[in-house]
Order: sequence, then structure tokens, then C-alpha cells
Amino acid sequence: MSTTLRFDQIRLPPECETLRAEVRAFLAEEIAKGTFDPHRPGNGDSHNRAFSKRIGANGWIGMTWPKQYGGQERSFLERYVVTEEFRVANAPVRLHFVADRQSGPILLKYAPEHIKQDILPRICRGELCFVIGMSEPGSGSDLFAARTKATKVDGGWKINGSKIWTSNAHIADYMLGLFRTSPPTKENRRHGLTQFLVDMKTPGITVNPIIQMTGQHDFNEVVFDDAFIPDDHVMGEIDGAWKQATSELAYERSGPERFLETFYVMLEMVRALGPDPDLRSAEGLGRLVAQLHTLRRMSVSVAGMLQAGKEPVVEASIVKDVGTIWEQKLPGRVRELTAFLEPEISNRATLEEQLAFATMIAPKLTIQGGTTEILRGIIARGLGLR
Amino acid sequence: MAGGSDHIVAETAARIFADLADPQTINRTQDDAWKARLWSALADAGLPLAWVPEELGGSGASLAEGFEILGVAGRYALAAPLAETLIAGWLLARAGIEAPAGAMTVAPAQPRDRITLDKDGTLSGRASGVPFAREAQHIAMLAGSTIALVAAKDCRVSDGKNLAGDAAGTVTFNRVKPIRSASAPAGFDQAALMLMGATARSIEAAGALETILSLSVAYANERVAFERKIGKFQAVQQNLARLAGETAAALTAAGSAADTIAQADEFDEAVFLEVASAKIRSAEAAAEGSAIAHQVFGAIGFTNEHVLHRFTLRMLSWRDDFGNESWWAAELGRRVAKRGADEFWPLIASR
Repeated sequence: MSTTLRFDQIRLPPECETLRAEVRAFLAEEIAKGTFDPHRPGNGDSHNRAFSKRIGANGWIGMTWPKQYGGQERSFLERYVVTEEFRVANAPVRLHFVADRQSGPILLKYAPEHIKQDILPRICRGELCFVIGMSEPGSGSDLFAARTKATKVDGGWKINGSKIWTSNAHIADYMLGLFRTSPPTKENRRHGLTQFLVDMKTPGITVNPIIQMTGQHDFNEVVFDDAFIPDDHVMGEIDGAWKQATSELAYERSGPERFLETFYVMLEMVRALGPDPDLRSAEGLGRLVAQLHTLRRMSVSVAGMLQAGKEPVVEASIVKDVGTIWEQKLPGRVRELTAFLEPEISNRATLEEQLAFATMIAPKLTIQGGTTEILRGIIARGLGLR
Repeated sequence: MAGGSDHIVAETAARIFADLADPQTINRTQDDAWKARLWSALADAGLPLAWVPEELGGSGASLAEGFEILGVAGRYALAAPLAETLIAGWLLARAGIEAPAGAMTVAPAQPRDRITLDKDGTLSGRASGVPFAREAQHIAMLAGSTIALVAAKDCRVSDGKNLAGDAAGTVTFNRVKPIRSASAPAGFDQAALMLMGATARSIEAAGALETILSLSVAYANERVAFERKIGKFQAVQQNLARLAGETAAALTAAGSAADTIAQADEFDEAVFLEVASAKIRSAEAAAEGSAIAHQVFGAIGFTNEHVLHRFTLRMLSWRDDFGNESWWAAELGRRVAKRGADEFWPLIASR
């Protein structure tokens, strides 16, 4: 049993600050030419193909990957800076973000050479959108209950069934999906699932939109009807997908996107409060600043420990747990702290629009990418309980 | 726990606390005899005056090493004026004043208390909530831009105690003649003293939370109810995961503040953000963490006999020293507001 938590004091090295200046200059230019409006909420969830290509041209997608696949061989701390600056600017990164964060690293580890050479450079150029195919109508958090089947045929596999809550499926070029290749065994209920790379243009795939309660179209249902996947699109061990998710998950859980998703309301609140807030607002703002600073220091620490080759699995889950609860509560705190502002403050309309949007999206923050309950189960296991 | 030869000072402290300040043993002890034995071992190891240069009578350890001592002290819920003596020695050294032997404390210990230096060189004023004032032989203090060393017996010290029963009285200075006094360095003011004190308390609270987490997990793995260990119940697991989150936040914020001060040339805007955040977040974690730990332990944890209160009550009391979290939050909020929205993210990102 070990209850020792470790958060090394990592500071971003000087090359990160040079890079940050470049990213800020690029974003300022894009905002000036009207690519996106930083004050419009929800940009982070939208996509812009031309914009993603320009980001790729700057070398900011797949930037930690080997140069032979189009990467820059830069550090995870440098990637961290790029990720947080794009989030804070509220820039549309949806097209390439999943591929950059998790699909690319999986391909790097498990794809055959010719597929790596084909796909990874295109991700780096900002040309490809990836979707994750995990949840099914009968299995969400309980990943290993997945039933969508891959049946062995000559030269490949035939997929039948459906995946649900697939963000991006309607714009995606590829899916990394989890399909059942064998039944689970008595000893191991996680056995029998295999990870596949799926070309979304494959005949037999239908994407049906699911509109969210915010009115946005992000979710989809993806139906497979005898969709053929060639043998070389198997990613990793057949029946052994459960062994494959380790350190990638730590990156996915602990990045700045896990506490900055509603940051725009805090920024707009600072603007609304002005230089001389009353005591109640000042105290409330101060607490939020302390909580945000602490979360970022925790998140940077995990990034630095990962870069150093450590495996802070519990620490990464803690960042997501504490971070997503915080970003979920943030719109409510901002609402309280701006409740008594003068009606004629100049940015009232923007603040109200942002608050309305953030309030609507808040429920999803502790569900997407692993629910609070699942995360706390992982943390409890790491503490030596269970 | 610190490991490796580069944490030798903290390891020395841990050894001494394990031998002479074990919380379980102290909790069963009726008298205060352990205090003198502990202090003499700490003094022999040069720990109370770690932040005093050798030429001023100390052991000349680095700021980082001193902060590590405080982390260990927090893990033992230390009920002795070690943090206070460390800070007092550090304060005196700012003005080149030699540190006396024995326990010290510092005044003011609250941001809004003021001590004034009169024309005749005497000190007057009131300092509230001065930790361990009753047990200290000397008080290091700041009056405007003067740093002074006074004998505790020359002041009036009230009988106050904090939640954990540690001495925390009001010290009244009525034309007290200092043993020594000298000018503080340019720009050094009461804010700097509060920053140092707040950092110390944040580190101690984070240390206490580390122990509280270990105790709670161990108990959940041992206590059986409804024919299962309570740690097997998801409701308990979820609470302990939250406790881990609060502990992580306190540890990170306090560690970050300590690291910043240890590297800083001056108490600038970055130090203020770091220390205010640490004090605010560790105080919030103390409140949340204490509630969760007591919930895990149930009635047994609410008894005087059980060791848990030594950690929870002390940690809750530390919230009030050197500015409570509400005071720091209001100050931090005002500073962020003054910088304006466009300078807000750059401040966060600079750390």
C-alpha cells in the first residue's frame, strides 16, 4: 500500500517561453484577421480545417513525435504551452486535437510502419480528424461490456454493431475503435477486445447525428454494417486492448484542457469587475485565482513527471477529478460574484452570453473522458483501497 | 518522506520527531516533559536556527532545507515553536542581529496588527494570535522598518490557546526596550513577514494532510462493518479519493510557494501569487480534508484518545496564522483586478 502522492515542482524551461511568445503572436494575428472571436463561447468545441492546417504548418501538431513521421521531437512541456495558450484564447482546435493528444500516440506505438508513414505526417499537417469509438448504447463507463463485433474474414475483419457519443464522427477521417474479437473469459472480463484503425470512408459505416442539449452537434451514433477493416489496421494485440491503455491515459487526463474549458467566464468576470472590485468580489476572485494556479501547478507537475519517464497514474487522475469539478463549478461562482454589478457595465452582454453557454455545457465536464466516479475508483485503487 | 542524501536536514528532523515527538505517544502523555527533551535534540541538531547564517549563531541551511523541515513537522503535527523560531531567526538575520538560543516566536503574526517604534527606541503595540508566545524566551519583531529582538518576559502575554490547545496569545508591548534592533533591508516590510509565515503554515498543513490521508486509508483497510472492510465501500472510496485530491492540492500549492521563495531575489508579484494561493488553497484543503477524515473514522476519531484531532485541529488552527485565507484572497483578488483582464492569464502562465 502506498498513499504517497508525488507532485514534483516542475517549472517550464526557457524554450517554452520563447514558444509561448510565438503562439501568442500567431493567435493575435488569427484573431485580428477574423478567423475566430475569442469572446464567443464554445469555439474550443468547433473546428476550422484551414486554421488547423496553419497550426500544423507551424509545427504545433504532433510536436513531440519523431521527425521521421512529421513531428518536431519537442518536449511534452512545450506541447503543454501550445495546448494551454490555444485553450485560453478559446481557439477552434477540435479538428486536430484528439489526433494530437491520443490517437497519434497510439498509432506511434501500435501501427505498422507503412501506416505510420502514411497517417502521422498528415495529422501533423492538420489535415486529419480522429474520433474515438469506445462507448456503445449498452456500454459507457463500463468499457469492457462493449459488444460491437469484429469477425475474422479473409484478409481482415468485418465490423457489425454501433458506437455512440462519438464526438467528431461526422467530420472525422479515421476512428480508433474498440471492438469485440472474442468473448470475455471467466478469469478476465476485460479479455476479448481489440483496437482497430477504421477509415471512416469505409463502405458500411453510417454516421447519425445526435444533437446535444446545448443545440450543438458534436455527438453521433456510428453504425457498422459489415464494414471491412484490413488486417494491418489492427492496433496492438488481438483480444488484448485492455493491456494497452496506460501512460497515454495519464496525458489525456492531466492536460490543461481538463480545467480550462470554462476559463473564458473567469476572464470576462475580471473584465467586468474592473480595477477596484468590492470586498466580496475581490475575495471570491482571489480564491478562484488560487484554485486555478494550484490546478495548473498540479497539471504542469504531471506533464513534467511524464516527460521524465515517470508514471504518475494516480496523480493524473487527481488532476482530472479536481480540475473538472472546478471548471464545472466555475460558471456558478462567476454568476454569484457578478450578481451585484452595475447594470451598465460595458461587457455585460458578452458575460451573460458566456455564462449561459458555460452553464449549459457544465454537466458534461465531469462525464467526458472518464466520469468522476470512475476516476475516483482509480484513485482509490492507487491509494491501496479496493 | 524525503529520500536520498540531498534531504539530510529533513531526514534528521524526521528521526528526532519519530523518537521524541511521536503524536501517538504525546497524545497519551499527561505532562509537557517531552517538550524540553525534544527542543534540546532539535537545538543540538541545529534545526531551530537553520535559517540563521553561521556567523550569526545559526547553522546556515538553505531556505529550501528549512521548508523541508516544516513539511516533516507538519507530518508529525508538531506542537512546538519550531516554525516560529525558524522564521524569527530568519527575520533577525535580515537585519544582521545575532539569534539567541532557545525558543522564539515572531510578531506581528497577523497582517493588520502594528507595532510602533517610539522616538526613545522602545516598542509599543499589540500583536494578536502570536503562536507559542507563552513558550518562547524571545520575540523577533518588525516595527515599521525596524527589526528588533525583545525578551518575552518584558512583554505582557495573554493566555490564549488555538483549537489544538497550543499557546496563541496576544502580546502587548508597552514601551518595551529591545535587546537589539536594527534597520530592515530596503523594501522589507510586514508583508514580507506575512509571506514567510503563510508559506510555513501552508507547508505544515500539507504535511498534516499527508499523514491524515495515510491514517484514513489504513483505517479504511482495517475497520470492518457490514462484514466488509469499509474501504471496500464505494461511498468511502469516493471520499478518500477526494481527500487525496485535497492533499494533492495543498502539497502542490505549498511546495510551489516554497520553491518560489527559495529561488526568489525579492518578494515580487510572483511570490505574492504563489504564497497567497498556497495559504488559501491549503486552508480550504484543511477544512475539506478534516471533514472527510473525521467522517472515515466515525466516533472513534472524535475521541480525545485518538490521534486524529492532533492533526485536524492543528491544521484548522494554522489557517488563522499570518493572515487567514479570506484576507489573502481579498488581497490577491484586488491585485489581479488591478492588473486587469489582459494581464491575468500571463500572470498564471508565468508560474
